[in-house]
Amino acid sequence: MTPRTLVEKIWSDHVVTIENGGTDVLYIDLQLIHEVTSPQAFAFLRDRGLRVRRPERTFATVDHVIPTQGAIPARTDSPQGEMIAALQANATKAGISLWGTQHPNRGIVHVTAPEQGLVRPGMTVVCGDSHTSTLGAFGALAFGIGSSEVAHVLATQTLTARRPKTLEVRISGAFSLGVTAKDIALEVVRALGTNGAIGHAIEYTGPVVQALDMEARMTICNMAVEAGARTGVIGPDEETVRYLEERPRPGESETAPIDHAKLFATDAGARFDASATVPIHQLEPMVSYGTTPAMAAPITAEIPGAPGPAIGRTLYLNALDYMGLKPGTPLQGLPIDVVFIGSCTNARISDLRAAANILQGQKIHPGVRMLVVPGSEAVRAQAETEGLHEIFGRAGAEWRRPGCSMCIAMNGDRLQPGEYAVSTSNRNFEGRQGPGGRTFLASPLTAAASAINGHLSDPRDHL
Amino acid sequence: MTRQSILKCRVIPLLWDDVDTDQIVPARFLTTTTRQGLKNALFAEHRARARASGTTFIIDDPEHHGATALLAGRNFGCGSSREHAVWALAQHPIRVILARSFGEIFRINALKNGLLPIELDEATHATLSQETQCKASTGIHVDLEMMTVTWPPHPPVSFRFDPFYRHCLIEGRDVLDHLISKTIEIDAYEKKRLSEQNADSKELT
Repeated sequence: MTPRTLVEKIWSDHVVTIENGGTDVLYIDLQLIHEVTSPQAFAFLRDRGLRVRRPERTFATVDHVIPTQGAIPARTDSPQGEMIAALQANATKAGISLWGTQHPNRGIVHVTAPEQGLVRPGMTVVCGDSHTSTLGAFGALAFGIGSSEVAHVLATQTLTARRPKTLEVRISGAFSLGVTAKDIALEVVRALGTNGAIGHAIEYTGPVVQALDMEARMTICNMAVEAGARTGVIGPDEETVRYLEERPRPGESETAPIDHAKLFATDAGARFDASATVPIHQLEPMVSYGTTPAMAAPITAEIPGAPGPAIGRTLYLNALDYMGLKPGTPLQGLPIDVVFIGSCTNARISDLRAAANILQGQKIHPGVRMLVVPGSEAVRAQAETEGLHEIFGRAGAEWRRPGCSMCIAMNGDRLQPGEYAVSTSNRNFEGRQGPGGRTFLASPLTAAASAINGHLSDPRDHL
Repeated sequence: MTRQSILKCRVIPLLWDDVDTDQIVPARFLTTTTRQGLKNALFAEHRARARASGTTFIIDDPEHHGATALLAGRNFGCGSSREHAVWALAQHPIRVILARSFGEIFRINALKNGLLPIELDEATHATLSQETQCKASTGIHVDLEMMTVTWPPHPPVSFRFDPFYRHCLIEGRDVLDHLISKTIEIDAYEKKRLSEQNADSKELT
């Protein structure tokens, strides 16, 4: 038997039919939906007189547009209200489980689905959101799709798809103090470039990866798409099983048994289409300072005069111009206005603990506005049990309700034109966090340290 | 899905690399429950900035009025999966995008909507980029059956295209119809999985 990769094994386990030219019909075990990319999909089904084939394989949550403070808009209050109401109506009509505005499981889709035990090794999982790659941390094949494909999966529980090529990214070395999974994720994107992994699923390998807990693995897989990859995966192991054994299935009092037959792993000697090694023994806390995540550098660096791998010079100069930055300027000390701790990249309990560890007994800079947005109601409850919200509050930060919030700025949480933010999210495209907003991407540790000083800061000075 | 095989379009030379879908449709325009009304969302920030500085963003240039092909650089449509980016382009209307490469999800979304994403090799891309910058509104001829793009005075240049989508576009066949035609196979797959699961449960007891 030819040695195969994890991706190949999951793929062949889910192929329904093989077509000429390499486009297969692929069965989808789980579809996650949210209020931004599903309305048009349900409308499409209505127009065609189609019903949802497997409501029990579909879970819905409200995350992108929901406010993190104040009242939830009603249907007629605003477009956001209409979107939330549409999801409510669509899910109810189709018999789809909805973790709606008052539900205790509600949260950012890629935070709540895994913590509620929905994502398991060997599954195919889709969602109308590119950061579905996050869920590859469980050894599942999880990828983002558009609204048309959301409709296709609702109607048939399948998609037409070509198997992606595979790129092994081997992380070598060891963690230093103050360096986190987010820093590794940023370094991978920097090293590969914005389009370095196009057409590929990244499998992250090596002892460093195997030593990470599930939340750290999710952070790394989350940002695979920023290097152009279709998704990221990490082979399941004892840590995966341990995490899942603690997750009750929604509506059930006991955990579902782990299907060990689905703990697919890449065989020794399996051939990847491409490979890269990303060494981390000298890795420092990273900051993405440009208008694409790949424009990243260590916190101790100066803004480079020339762009990194695969970034065109014109793009680079335009990015510096948009960000109001000059080559040669040290990153440390760049003044900031806002700090955002949140998003599907870094809003889990370990991320909040990391930030709280730095903010304990400290006050944020008077010129800084800081939002801490837990990734889900469950994370919020856990954080409050541990008193983290009090640490944030005493420091002068705002403790909010769960949601995507300022990552995508669709719910009123946004930057004003020209404001600089340190954000634990995954994208710093022009205007992503608000028209004219300028985003530095970083880890929760770096974000917390920067909030105290009012400028980009090395978190190791605070540890 | 409308049948398409031959398109004649004039080309807008945007030429940028890494145009992400936040640029194509900023998130504030995603607050719609329909696919319609996205014409003004298209490159909204770039167009607003151009207006504010008294210039014109290239897609608004009168010289390109009625042009329905966009020439971009590398990695067009990277970033967010928002299909709104494709809908907005289609509503401009743009019917063809020629680029060195595409963001994967964008490329699939485009194919689902009959917007043709055509990857050009380096040499062809360089020639077309140079000529579209020099000459007002170059016209191209795209033949999906032959998988060629032609513009005078050049002979036809071949491009590769996903065979499944090429078939759907030429025949005017919707991908969903294709999936629905596989209902028997999907039923069989689900039955097989269920019996595997039941066999495993029996083994555990």
